[in-house]
Amino acid sequence: MAEPEMPKVLVVDDEPNIVLSLEFLLRQEGYRVEVARDGDEALRRARAEPPDLVLLDVMLPDCSGFDVCRHLRDLQPAPRVILLTARGRSVERLRGLELGADRYVTKPFSTRDLMAVIRETLQSDRLEQDGLEQDGLEQDGLEQDSPKSDPS
Amino acid sequence: MAPWLIVVTAGGYLGLLFAVAWWGDRRAERGRSLVANPWVYALSLAVYCTAWTFYGSVGRAATDGVGFLPIYLGPTLTAALSLLVLRKIVRISKRERITSIADFVASRYGKSRALGALVTVIAVLGVVPYIALQLKAVAVSFLLMLDGPSASGLATAGDSAAFVRTSLGVTAVMALFAILFGTRHLDLTERHEGLVLAVAFESVVKLVAFLAVGVWVTYSLFAGPSDLFARAEAVPDLARLMRFEGSWGTWSWMVVVSMLAILFLPRQFQVAVVENVDEAHLERAAWLFPLYLLVINLFVLPIAFAGSLRFGTGSVDADTFVLSLPLAEGQEALALLVFLGGLSAATGMVIVECVALSTMVSNDLVLPLILRQTLDRRDPDVGRLLLTVRRVSILVILGLGQLYLLATALEASLVSVGLISFAAVAQLAPAILGGLYWRGATRRGALVALIAGVVVWGYTLPLPTLSTTGWVSASWVDAGPFGVGWLRPTALFGLDALDPIAHSMFWSLLVNVGCFIAVSSRGGRSALEVRQARRFVDVFRQTGPGDDTALRLWRADTPVDTVRSLLERFLGVERTQTALAAHCAQRKIEPGSMRYADEELIEFAERLLAGTTGAASAHVALASVATREPVSVHEVVHLLDETSRVLATSRELEDKSRQLEDASARLREANKQLRALDRLKDDFLATMAHELRTPLTSIRSFTEILHDNPDLSLEERQRFLSIVLKENERLTRLIGQILDLAKIEAGESAATRGAVDLVELVHEAVDSIARLVEERGVSVALRVDDETPILWLDRDRILQVLLNLLSNALKWSDGWIGVDLSLEPDGHVLVAVADDGPGIAEDDRPRVFEKFRQVDGSAPGTGLGLPICRGIVESHGGTIWIETSERGGARVTFRLPLDDLSSDPAGLATADPTADPTADPPADPTATFEGPSHG
Repeated sequence: MAEPEMPKVLVVDDEPNIVLSLEFLLRQEGYRVEVARDGDEALRRARAEPPDLVLLDVMLPDCSGFDVCRHLRDLQPAPRVILLTARGRSVERLRGLELGADRYVTKPFSTRDLMAVIRETLQSDRLEQDGLEQDGLEQDGLEQDSPKSDPS
Repeated sequence: MAPWLIVVTAGGYLGLLFAVAWWGDRRAERGRSLVANPWVYALSLAVYCTAWTFYGSVGRAATDGVGFLPIYLGPTLTAALSLLVLRKIVRISKRERITSIADFVASRYGKSRALGALVTVIAVLGVVPYIALQLKAVAVSFLLMLDGPSASGLATAGDSAAFVRTSLGVTAVMALFAILFGTRHLDLTERHEGLVLAVAFESVVKLVAFLAVGVWVTYSLFAGPSDLFARAEAVPDLARLMRFEGSWGTWSWMVVVSMLAILFLPRQFQVAVVENVDEAHLERAAWLFPLYLLVINLFVLPIAFAGSLRFGTGSVDADTFVLSLPLAEGQEALALLVFLGGLSAATGMVIVECVALSTMVSNDLVLPLILRQTLDRRDPDVGRLLLTVRRVSILVILGLGQLYLLATALEASLVSVGLISFAAVAQLAPAILGGLYWRGATRRGALVALIAGVVVWGYTLPLPTLSTTGWVSASWVDAGPFGVGWLRPTALFGLDALDPIAHSMFWSLLVNVGCFIAVSSRGGRSALEVRQARRFVDVFRQTGPGDDTALRLWRADTPVDTVRSLLERFLGVERTQTALAAHCAQRKIEPGSMRYADEELIEFAERLLAGTTGAASAHVALASVATREPVSVHEVVHLLDETSRVLATSRELEDKSRQLEDASARLREANKQLRALDRLKDDFLATMAHELRTPLTSIRSFTEILHDNPDLSLEERQRFLSIVLKENERLTRLIGQILDLAKIEAGESAATRGAVDLVELVHEAVDSIARLVEERGVSVALRVDDETPILWLDRDRILQVLLNLLSNALKWSDGWIGVDLSLEPDGHVLVAVADDGPGIAEDDRPRVFEKFRQVDGSAPGTGLGLPICRGIVESHGGTIWIETSERGGARVTFRLPLDDLSSDPAGLATADPTADPTADPPADPTATFEGPSHG
């Protein structure tokens, strides 16, 4: 499955074991994977080689994931962003979605659901390019949500 | 001395006094008052010093030594108290337009005509002997000037036709001048500015005259005071006078009686209260008047001694020493000055007393009797009638004085006659002072008290003096009436330890005060009485005359014209118009717009009229034209109660609303703090959730990977499983720490403490990380003060702190760790763990001790290590802080107090805390550094 057109995913987290598991799972799905330990590194890598999707931890050592998210949306082309958080407060979810994140996933997550969310996010990207808009799945992909038009 | 010289000098002096008074009145009319001056006010009070002071003090001193002093100590004390009592009397009198002391008493007790008349009678009866005394002093001094000091005393002089003729002449002249001074004006105002100025002037003259003779006696006749006193000391009779021999009881009563006299003698009330133009003058008088008394008494003893030395005892009446000495020495000019001084003192007293008494007689005795007929007859000019009444009453009063003089005063000394008057006016004290401070004092109480007091006074004081006249049998005085011994006037109920004055004062005031309180306590007040009581007692609390307008005593159906014509008959057209215009202007109403007089106007008219007729008569006069509201006492009391209740309620409400404001401010503040705390709690919970979920995430992910991928290589499987285990441990540790923290914050029991050798503990901690230190290639520099005493600590907790600090240091160290255990001279032990790592920025230092505040998030840790350390150190009474180490890294130091920890506070002898099986063992202390945290 490791074909050249497979999407590239950037994993941003400071927990090495989480990074390790995500890396394993994503590679298993056939994605190309890059890893960053903090926000600074994440932006550097994203600018050098724009990823299709960023798995972004909200609590980073050097800055907040929200700041990274805002900067990522300014890139051309802007990558899809899935926020990962262990804090799990609804205000933060709202804020993340307002800042342009596509999905907001709470730790600990089901690996299968996360992979499904990643797949759908990347698919909606493709559909959007085809002129079709599809509502995204919230959190672990079980509920329908339309974050861009109505974040509530 | 030639008679014509004496007469011309005396006449000239009286003329001068009259000129001064005339000038004072002129100035007052032109609005440039000389009386509006505290000096004049204070000097006018010196009308207290009469011929009694001028001649009599020396007489008293010659027989009693310092016994003359209480009469001046009393007023001095009163002057000090005057700022309290006199100020209140002055304030009330101005507001109520009080014209005399009788008016004051009448007005206080519901404008009672009976009380006004009674006080007038008491004042006249009491003061007549006093006036007689002045007449006698002037007559005697005149005779002395004529014949020289050879006239041996007055007892013999009284028999002579010359004395009678002279005293009659003196009385006539005094009457003339009293009428001229006091009733010169047709318009009867309550104030006499010219008179006050003349009194102030004569006060200076008598002082100068007395000082002149005193200085002459002391320094010319003798060689200074020491010479004079040395010579007096040589005479046994005189030496005795220099020592205090009176009884304290007598002295005290003298002081009391004179304290009251200075307030309630009609002439003192006249100058101090009625003539007062400015309350502030009281302050000057409070020290100036006592000073005057002191100065005028300076030479009393020297003159008394000189007279006794010069004339011997008995040959010359001591009361005349002041004049006899210069006459005997041929000092005619000085003698003339002394004569003028004595004349001055007597004249001042007589005139002011006559003005005061005649006002009382006309306003409070005669006018109420003739008022009704006068009003009915529509007599157009009541003012002229009043003036006539006053002139006649002056003649009558002086005539009574003359009679008393001829009948009795020839026997008694000047001082004892004066004291009889003092005792009489002292009877007014309970009614006046009680009325000033006790709202419950009633008219009936005052009436009964006055009558009873005066009866006792009359029986114990003047009656015995009359026995010499033959009007009263001598046996009555000596053996008691009808032979009843305990009714003897000078020793009632066998009380004969006091001198007559003290004896009389004791009984009369006892009866007086007793009746006053007893009768007043039975109540029974009219509406007007209730209101007046309130106006008097609460005078300082009320801001203006409109204060009690709620209390309606008049019905508003009297035409204004009726009130006006009434006023015109007493005050004249011009004064009435001016006063009414001023009243309207003050109330901001058009003078012509009011047809019917309202409550306020009638009250104003009554007060205005009171200034001329006195309160009682003014009340009757107004009542004759205006209709009274049928107000019952019950209603008035109810109204007053209501007012005070409303006031109290509104005060209460104010207090309540203030309290509510305070409470709501406190609530707001508390709410703010609660909200801040709530935010902190939310943050803490979110952070804690994050810390717990992070290892859970890894565990779940790897477990699912292992579950979903059965074909994983054994190597990978092992690797993932070990991660799962590690994260599991991390989670367990974290939960343990959270529980730890909760326990520490809740305050652990002291039972887990024991005797700990800190030196050993530090070694143990360093040893336990030895393996890691070796692996990292770090060197540990250990400096330990071996003197460190055994301390009473929670061993495991302190070890936990040490390990936490060491693991942090190890994590950041570049190859060096410093551990120091040292003692501070001020009784603390310091433990410091330092590294040579990057250190912590100064701004971040306080925050590293906050929960979940990892300064550098890159470090994997719970964020609870240092907060737990702080909790443990603080629970031991110590402090912990962070600073820069000598190698640029971080140094964390904690400091424990030796004193608090040096002994077993609970009396537990166990050195080993683990001996207590119930103690909850803390989380494994060594676990801290497996996942080193920097905060």
